[in-house]
Amino acid sequence: MSGSSKVCYLISLIVLLTLWKISSFILSNPALPPPELVAVAMVENAGILIKHAIISLIRVLYSIALAFSLSFPLGIASREDKFDRIFSPFLYLLYPIPHIVLLPLYILFFGIGDLSKVALIATILFFQISVTTRDAVKDVSEFYVYSILSLGAGRFDVYRHVIIPAVMPKVLTALRISVGTAIAVLFFAESFATRMGLGYLIMDAWSRADYELLYAGISAMALLGLSLYVVIDLIERRLCRWL
Amino acid sequence: MISVNNVSKVYEDGTIALKNVSFEVEKGESCSIIGPSGCGKSTLLLIIAGLLKPTEGYVEVNGKVVRKPMRDVALILQDYGLFPWKTVYDNIALGLRIRKVDRKVERRIVCDLIERLGLKGFEKHYPKQLSGGMKQKVAIARALAIQPRILLMDEPFSSLDALTREDLQNFLLRLWNERRMTIILVTHSIEEAVFLGRKIIVLTPRPGTVKAVIENPSAGDENYRFTEEFFEKCREVRRSVTL
Ligand SMILES: Nc1ncnc2c1ncn2[C@@H]1O[C@H](COP(=O)(O)OP(=O)(O)OP(=O)(O)O)[C@@H](O)[C@H]1O
Ligand SMILES: [Mg+2]
Repeated sequence: MSGSSKVCYLISLIVLLTLWKISSFILSNPALPPPELVAVAMVENAGILIKHAIISLIRVLYSIALAFSLSFPLGIASREDKFDRIFSPFLYLLYPIPHIVLLPLYILFFGIGDLSKVALIATILFFQISVTTRDAVKDVSEFYVYSILSLGAGRFDVYRHVIIPAVMPKVLTALRISVGTAIAVLFFAESFATRMGLGYLIMDAWSRADYELLYAGISAMALLGLSLYVVIDLIERRLCRWL
Repeated sequence: MISVNNVSKVYEDGTIALKNVSFEVEKGESCSIIGPSGCGKSTLLLIIAGLLKPTEGYVEVNGKVVRKPMRDVALILQDYGLFPWKTVYDNIALGLRIRKVDRKVERRIVCDLIERLGLKGFEKHYPKQLSGGMKQKVAIARALAIQPRILLMDEPFSSLDALTREDLQNFLLRLWNERRMTIILVTHSIEEAVFLGRKIIVLTPRPGTVKAVIENPSAGDENYRFTEEFFEKCREVRRSVTL
């Protein structure tokens, strides 16, 4: 991040906190505590927050890793017509279904533990990533492929030197969107049948009307999302230096 | 020797791009193909390169029918030549990497080309950081790196200013005089066709057929473009193109 863009981020942060502060002052309702009280609550509850955040983080990371390791190769392989003829009907029939409704089924099959949560998030991400990857693969100009074939490339070279690097920016964008989705679904999955994770912490604080802890939990969840975002940005900067 | 025999191409959507095109280019000769936009010049070049199947007819190189890209044929495509995700060095080295050429040999060949084409200092740059002329040079270097016996070029100099263009034309001519590879060059420019092609194939508007074959044995000398004979030949070609 360059110096001037750091300043921009800082200014946006200050503006947001100020707006929050003003709103809480105007409303003067315990359901909207001012930011400094939430900050104090975060420090006071740092131990629990970190414990729950780590559980949530692990669930999200497992989900992303599981979804990516299945959907990326399948999306890439859809360049092969024979494979795509089988794969894309499945994808397009199953994609528009709101997969979140599978949670009860997943709990039936995978139990109420982490597995059903990870499976649910991974299912949703699977579709987001594979549809994007597949479309990106179809979008790679045939001329790039001609270009490398004329250099004597075999099938594997085409993937390695053309298809995969060409789709990388779109795949990383899909991954970035996935982070948002993953955390939203995580919150849903953690809001019942568990006593661990930020989702649980938030729902629990809410039911006890502990608004400061509620906001601390929400802030922690926001930070979790933000840090995953930053990680993907760093990966992108490494993998897509050419952009 | 390259011989194009009664080649026709109808695209899947019914577009008839080429109709009964036949001509020959002797080994070590240079040939320009000129014709109006959309007459099938690029299509023809892709067919010669073995990247596109003709609907009818066939292409032979040294007596063998072309069915797939050949090892000692290099192709420079109209626009999409370079891979934006590879640096100048990696773009030029790609053909050698694919052929699993020893890294030391690769370095020597690539650095030599970088030197000769005046790309020194730009090895680590990405294509988008280069000017149009430099990109074109990189595309030429990449094709030359595999030391082709046949060089196919699709309007390689069309987007350059007059000076850079003449520079690169001279470079190509010097190279041809050194290595005597077979060159087929597609172009829009009558002057370029006459300066570089010892044989000039004039195509009709779409569907492209051979309208005229003009012998131009004086091409091959850098000073040709200043001679009366050159201007006379340009007039001849112009009459033939516009007739
Ligand atoms: N993949 C394709 N599918 C259908 N039609 C195509 C395809 N590629 C080219 N054509 C059509 O075939 C004709 C010849 O195209 P081609 O690109 O070979 O022309 P060209 O002579 O190289 O033109 P230009 O001078 O503008 O580069 C055009 O009418 C074009 O629209
Ligand atoms: Mg063309």
